Amino acid sequence: MHCDNALLEVRSLVRLHVDASFKLHRGECIALQGASGSGKTLLLRAIADLDPSEGTVTLDGATRESMPAPAWRRLVTFVTSEPGWWADTVRQHFAAWEEAVPLVEELGLPSSSAEWNIQRLSTGERQRLGLVRALALGSPVLLLDEPTSGLDAGATAAVEAMIAKRVKAGTGVIWVTHDADQARRVASRRFIIKDGRMTEEPA
Amino acid sequence: MTYIRLEYGDLLLPALLVVMNGVCSIALQLRLERQLAIATVRMVVQLALVGYVLTFLFAAASPLWTALAAIVMVLFASQEIGVRQKRPLRGGWSYGLGAACTLMASATVTTFALLTQLRPDPWYNPRYALPLLGMILGNTMTGISLGLDVLTNGLVRDRAAVEARLALGDDRYHALLPVTRDALRSGLMPTINSMAAMGLVSLPGMMTGQILAGVEPIDAVKYQLLVMFLIVGGTGLGTLVAVVGGAYRLTDHRHRLRLDRLVARPDT
Repeated sequence: MHCDNALLEVRSLVRLHVDASFKLHRGECIALQGASGSGKTLLLRAIADLDPSEGTVTLDGATRESMPAPAWRRLVTFVTSEPGWWADTVRQHFAAWEEAVPLVEELGLPSSSAEWNIQRLSTGERQRLGLVRALALGSPVLLLDEPTSGLDAGATAAVEAMIAKRVKAGTGVIWVTHDADQARRVASRRFIIKDGRMTEEPA
Repeated sequence: MTYIRLEYGDLLLPALLVVMNGVCSIALQLRLERQLAIATVRMVVQLALVGYVLTFLFAAASPLWTALAAIVMVLFASQEIGVRQKRPLRGGWSYGLGAACTLMASATVTTFALLTQLRPDPWYNPRYALPLLGMILGNTMTGISLGLDVLTNGLVRDRAAVEARLALGDDRYHALLPVTRDALRSGLMPTINSMAAMGLVSLPGMMTGQILAGVEPIDAVKYQLLVMFLIVGGTGLGTLVAVVGGAYRLTDHRHRLRLDRLVARPDT
């Protein structure tokens, strides 16, 4: 049961063909599913204010526009399935690597990965390190776009466990996945995007 | 000062070297012969015309005509900047940004040189102002077009990296910094390279021209140094403002990357 005070509230958010309204509560993970091209990523990017959109998005009652966009994105953090890299080594992408080490190890990577060259990372390593990089911000809302799409079963379980701990600690999570089983495992509510509309699936 | 005077007929033999390049292009199937022919005809017509125009302007020595000629030169340079972009900015931004930066940089540096070092009488004397502006303009145009091209292509190529930084809470200035630095380096590199090689690998065109026209080599060198300093100043200033302006236009007040403000021209 959730109280009425939503952590994140999305009202009539329109980005291209996508039109969405919903609430995300503290300590809640909702799954977002839909066919490829249905607008799942568009919706997450619009919530993170990475693309222009119409409508209202609030965090604890404060609108996106009431704060600078960088501040908003540190609170409502979008994690893409293919994280981007701008420097040569892993460490250069972290503000405080030492603080991220426990998370890195929890996802099965050694602390020495700090010195790894980005060019030699596998897809799975990139995905896990990209996730850790975002989790290290400690954002109250995480927007995860297929965070385990490139991972094996073991790494997927580790990511799901890590996110579950965050949810238990009060983080709100929107998790985009094509895997219906995963959606049932990680989320308490499931939504489908079809024809640009977002509807809740019955429990 | 004495110099060997050339007639138009004297240029026919050297022009055969261009024809030779065209033949090579056909033989090796480089498909450059058409471009080469057009560029050669353009150059001959443009230079012949400019010879007559400069003769008129020098004789008139009017501030109005001098300013008009300068504006026309800037507009042509802006047009070239737009044409050279693989992905120009939408709307009038590509032309406008190129024109504004070219005008600002070349006018500032040319005026600086006229008022402080050369001090001709009158200060806008077209015999000094226009050739100086032309040399600065040509290099500034190259710097700006290279800088903008590297900026726009870099942002398209590195979109994931830039947006990763934005998503993690960086502001647009920090998120675009690596691409912006690359763009500035690219814009300035041709000028730096030409300076480094000057005198050893190449004798600059203006200096050679002066020497051929009978000027003492030492005096020609002094003029060349002045021009090179002005070119570095103009190119640096123009490229900096153009790249920062381009980066500003390709983001918005909410620190979003706005690649929708670019036109894709994959065939260029």
